[in-house]
Amino acid sequence: MLKLFSHAGRVVGRVAAGAAALAIGASVSAKAEDSIKVGVLHSLSGTMAISETTLKDTVLFLVDEQNKKGGLLGKKLEAVVVDPASNWPLFAEKARELITKDKVVVVFGCWTSVSRKSVLPVFKELNSILFYPVQYEGEESERNVFYTGAAPNQQAIPAVDYLMSKDGGEVKRWVLAGTDYVYPRTTNKILEAYLLSKGVAKEDIMINYTPFGHSDWQTIVADIKKFGSAGKKTAVVSTINGDANVPFYKELGNQGIKATDIPVVAFSVGEEELAGIDTKPLVGHLAAWNYFESIDTPENKKFIAEWQAYTKNPKRVTNDPMEATYIGFNAWVAAVEKVKSTDPDKVIDALPGIKVPNLTGGTAEVLPNHHITKPVFIGEIEDNGQFDVVWKSNGLVPGDAWSDYLEGSKDLEADWVKLKCGNYNTVTKKCGGS
Amino acid sequence: MRLSSPLAVLLLGLALFATLVPRAAHAGPYEDALAKFTTESYADTAAALGLLATSGNPRAVEVVDALADGRLLVDPAAGKVYIRGADGSLADAASGQPAAGVDAAALKAVRANNRVRGAIAAASGALSLFNPDPAKRLAAAQAVFKSRDATVLPALDAALAKETVPAVKQALATARAAIVIGSSAAPEAERIAAVATIADAGDQDALAVLQNLPPDAPASVKTAAASAIAGIQRTLAVWGVAQNVWYGLSLGSVLLLAAIGLAITFGVMGVINMAHGEMVMLGAYTTFVVQELIRAYNPALFDASLLIAIPIAFLFTGLIGVIIERTVIRFLYGRALETLLATWGISLILQQAIRTIFGPTNREVGAPSWMSGTVDVGHLAVTYGRAWIIVFAILVFLALLAVLRLTRIGLEMRAVTQNRRMAASMGIRTNWVDAMTFGLGSGIAGIAGVALSQIDNVSPNLGQSYIIDSFLVVVFGGVGNLWGTLVGAMSLGIANKLLEPYAGAVLGKIALLVIVILFIQKRPRGLFALKGRAIEA
Amino acid sequence: MSQTDTRKPALLGTGGLVFLAIVIGLAVLVPALNLLLPAGSALHVPTYLVSLLGKYLCYALLALSVDLIWGYVGILSLGQGAFFALGGYAMGMYLMRQIGTRGVYGDPVLPDFMVFLNWKELPWFWYGFDWFPFAAAMVLLAPGLLALVFGWFAFRSRVTGVYLSIITQAMTFALLLAFFRNDMGFGGNNGLTDFKDILGFNIQADGTRAALFALTALALAGGYVLCRYLVRSHFGKVLIAIRDAETRVRFTGYRVENYKLAAFVVSACLAGIAGALYVPQVGIINPSEFSPANSIEIIVWVAVGGRGTLAGAALGAVLVNYAKTYFTSGMLAPYWLFMLGGLFVAVTLFLPKGILGTFLEWRARRSAGSPEPDAPPAPGITAKPAE
Repeated sequence: MLKLFSHAGRVVGRVAAGAAALAIGASVSAKAEDSIKVGVLHSLSGTMAISETTLKDTVLFLVDEQNKKGGLLGKKLEAVVVDPASNWPLFAEKARELITKDKVVVVFGCWTSVSRKSVLPVFKELNSILFYPVQYEGEESERNVFYTGAAPNQQAIPAVDYLMSKDGGEVKRWVLAGTDYVYPRTTNKILEAYLLSKGVAKEDIMINYTPFGHSDWQTIVADIKKFGSAGKKTAVVSTINGDANVPFYKELGNQGIKATDIPVVAFSVGEEELAGIDTKPLVGHLAAWNYFESIDTPENKKFIAEWQAYTKNPKRVTNDPMEATYIGFNAWVAAVEKVKSTDPDKVIDALPGIKVPNLTGGTAEVLPNHHITKPVFIGEIEDNGQFDVVWKSNGLVPGDAWSDYLEGSKDLEADWVKLKCGNYNTVTKKCGGS
Repeated sequence: MRLSSPLAVLLLGLALFATLVPRAAHAGPYEDALAKFTTESYADTAAALGLLATSGNPRAVEVVDALADGRLLVDPAAGKVYIRGADGSLADAASGQPAAGVDAAALKAVRANNRVRGAIAAASGALSLFNPDPAKRLAAAQAVFKSRDATVLPALDAALAKETVPAVKQALATARAAIVIGSSAAPEAERIAAVATIADAGDQDALAVLQNLPPDAPASVKTAAASAIAGIQRTLAVWGVAQNVWYGLSLGSVLLLAAIGLAITFGVMGVINMAHGEMVMLGAYTTFVVQELIRAYNPALFDASLLIAIPIAFLFTGLIGVIIERTVIRFLYGRALETLLATWGISLILQQAIRTIFGPTNREVGAPSWMSGTVDVGHLAVTYGRAWIIVFAILVFLALLAVLRLTRIGLEMRAVTQNRRMAASMGIRTNWVDAMTFGLGSGIAGIAGVALSQIDNVSPNLGQSYIIDSFLVVVFGGVGNLWGTLVGAMSLGIANKLLEPYAGAVLGKIALLVIVILFIQKRPRGLFALKGRAIEA
Repeated sequence: MSQTDTRKPALLGTGGLVFLAIVIGLAVLVPALNLLLPAGSALHVPTYLVSLLGKYLCYALLALSVDLIWGYVGILSLGQGAFFALGGYAMGMYLMRQIGTRGVYGDPVLPDFMVFLNWKELPWFWYGFDWFPFAAAMVLLAPGLLALVFGWFAFRSRVTGVYLSIITQAMTFALLLAFFRNDMGFGGNNGLTDFKDILGFNIQADGTRAALFALTALALAGGYVLCRYLVRSHFGKVLIAIRDAETRVRFTGYRVENYKLAAFVVSACLAGIAGALYVPQVGIINPSEFSPANSIEIIVWVAVGGRGTLAGAALGAVLVNYAKTYFTSGMLAPYWLFMLGGLFVAVTLFLPKGILGTFLEWRARRSAGSPEPDAPPAPGITAKPAE
């Protein structure tokens, strides 16, 4: 009982501290002179709070750790937190506020594609840096943004390859189920093209889109069951987002679809999402990520221990976007130390080529296209809410900004080092969009 | 076990052999299988399971069960396999003898992935065809039906010969038919008979078997299969409609639960209660807290956790409702639209309060065992969880109706909402009745939260996702009429589910909204309009 | 000041003049202080503030449009956000077409989101939006037509009170779902963004922003004058009568539905203009503008400021949104919903007529003798306890 409400006590304390800080606002801003400010742009209320709050805590945790090590360039780091409240225009407004009013030198933030699209013009106009830590649809490379989450080639394609292999069950029939927004649409377009190129027949692919927060999955799960009982091994590739996942998995469990019959591989379901579900009926369903909490490396163990100590919660899980935040933060620190300055232009130029260790025993290198190298892991859900890694990529996969499987983008290339261009057309030899 | 079948004789013989010669290592398939477990490769593990299934060794069942539960341990260096018992003791899988002096820390559990789990199901199916428990035999028959492993055929024949339970017998016959139908070794007549057996099963799986005949099947078998397929598809199409209606009832009962509390606070009292969804959410969180306490202090009660949560959720959210009514709403009677503003503010506060207390992420509310699983009614797959929610929604509705019709407080509520001043002059404490009515509506919303925690996210946003639908249901049914809410919820649910297969989830929902908008033009006071002077208010 | 007092036929009254003076003053001062003064000066208005204030004023115009129908006709529309969003989309489509070959894929006709979802040609409903006058006309026509059709059905069948509120909510919810669909061709959840220029001016330039701000302030002033004119005319008197006793007005021979419909359409057009001005200033239009919660928030602004006072609605919009901006930064960011929620409850309990309404009442009581006939709170617009 105490455990349930201890958080509330801390909250009251924090509110009081916050009020006090507001009251002595003048002294705070005086102190800010000798610190480096870091912006945190994650929703703390509204529909996306469920995912983004953890990333806000992660940045605060990383800032704290860095300060323990003596800060950066001899100064303390100071995190400035704002709440864009899952409201997309508010994201742009808050980004502008962070950069011009609070004078932050870098921002860690955004989760949804639309929030990133909303703040992009602001970062370009005011020439600042955004680290974006979530797997996304690709098709973008901007000078002011660094994408530390997975591009489609670092997550979706390896997962499908695995399912087609003998270990994955030699899947012949595919359901591509997603929430109706850009990430699933693009990922499914890429996957459909890829599957067709691998000889899968058109009638063996079923594509289904549902709205955000869809909660009644009876019909769709029944359709999947029907589609899957045609005698060929069937799998579901799920790009279902956030809130809709819990009712989806509950319905799968209810209708008795086991992973041995129709495995579901998800790209948006991690440890955090599983914390809200009883995973016993889901054992064996899969997820593809670049990080799992269960991966047994010394770096990861240390990170988890420190994270749980920082949050004072021994059960707090870690997940893939957290690792991406960790990599982005360390890459930024390394770049700032390299050029001895927080000036965005210098840091942007210094970042490509920076190598920092990731949490799974490898190295994340920032590439000229502002994506990073990542290993790919496929994990099966276990009954304790964790993932058991059943496959891992051979070495690191470099992130690809423009998919080779989409007609519009197969000729495009991003290179901010040599070409100084995010969308260079290799056929027309021109940099588009400038 | 009567020694009537050759296989049983074989099994017994092998068992005797194994006990007589315990040290005969690397002598048969059983030992080969054990050796394969030690290589830590999924492919080898799956192959080992195939060997175990036909090894005839009596310990094979034990090994497969241990693997399924993660109790099969190996020492890769020594090439030894151990089984950990329920009490933690180790036994050598090769000999069955207790293993003494083994360092348990050095052992690794054999890992399973989906491929291995599939092989486990097939192997344990083949191995438990003779299990004394009919339920296990039924599961075994279904596992064999899925795996269609031709090597199990002799065992299947033996099991079929001695099976007495009709349901199991039928499942065994279907499983046998599924193997025979695709086997080119079987005589043509037998394969045609198999088609008939499969067609009798008549479900989606049977259809899959018939649709996937091997290309070299004789023409006569193919013709028989084609006509059987047509028959099954006709039947399934009819059942498909029934299935959609069932889904619709299920969705309707969810809508009813979400809306019925609102039918009181909004429909009867006229408060535009934007915090209604948050009352549902509080009910869901109450369920979570109750389950946490049960898990911590008395796990044995877990199956009863929802039943315990219902009254607690009712009282808790009812109390919150009374507090809201006494501190805010009561100053706003006669200014209905201002309740919208105040309750909207309250809903923001409640959401954020839950977010700060419990964190922004989803909370896990488990399903008691009696709410998990499915039962087939004809070709209708009825999930227990959904069935209980329908029953529960109806019970809540009837209980509420009874309270309003049959109790004194119900009478007073109706009196106050119909004519406040008259009621007051008859000696009814209208203040108290207002508080109780709002509390009742809120409490009912809390109960709905207990049910919704079973099918949806338990998160601070839970209430938001139901508020629009709830208002729509109440208005569609007719404000101030409980029966209207019932009919409104059920018809919206069924219409939604009948539209969904044709239009898709999104367009179906849009079409439904447009239909409701047009319907309101036809009947501007909803389905069940209140008659008399009340409508001019 | 007064609105319905026949003894004072002045269009604006002192309060109205003060309001107009403030708005027009802002329209001149803010751009001037932004553009003319150096960034270091104490009086300099940073560009950040210009677009923020511009956003507030768009919301103020939107609130004004709600007050016209809610405060003076008694139509509680929970779908006003739909008209706002439609106006915004019309402007957004124009801005998208202006990008031309500067999109990341360099396609001269198709917007980026269509290219990467493999659209081959521009859908028919995108035709014409590259021409500003057409887009500007659509800013008025799209919301206006929707309001006309919807209102014609609803008012003719005498759907009133809460039934009307709920079906307006259903309307905006249906549009929300529709615009979320990527197949609709409006960019799905990502909406329309990454605009480059408007009428040839760089949309990110300080000058453009200042001009947009001035334009918004003028639109608000114009909208205010229009609404004042309407509610003080004979037409407005009938509207107020409908609000207070619809049946009686009908019995005296007025075609109530036509009056309501006209007000509803004007209000929708005003909301559309607000949306069109909003989009270039915030840089994105997305289906979440259709969300029913947004429309409820608009109602809340009006209630906070004071229903039936026009200027109060604008004031409420600015205040609530300023509170939102203020509370979502700094140490209190995680707890700002407590503040906002508490504010709404407090306003309802302690300032039942809204901020401006309460102020006017207080002033009226002070100047004893001549009771101020400000728009009184309307009788139940929704199902109140049946008497």
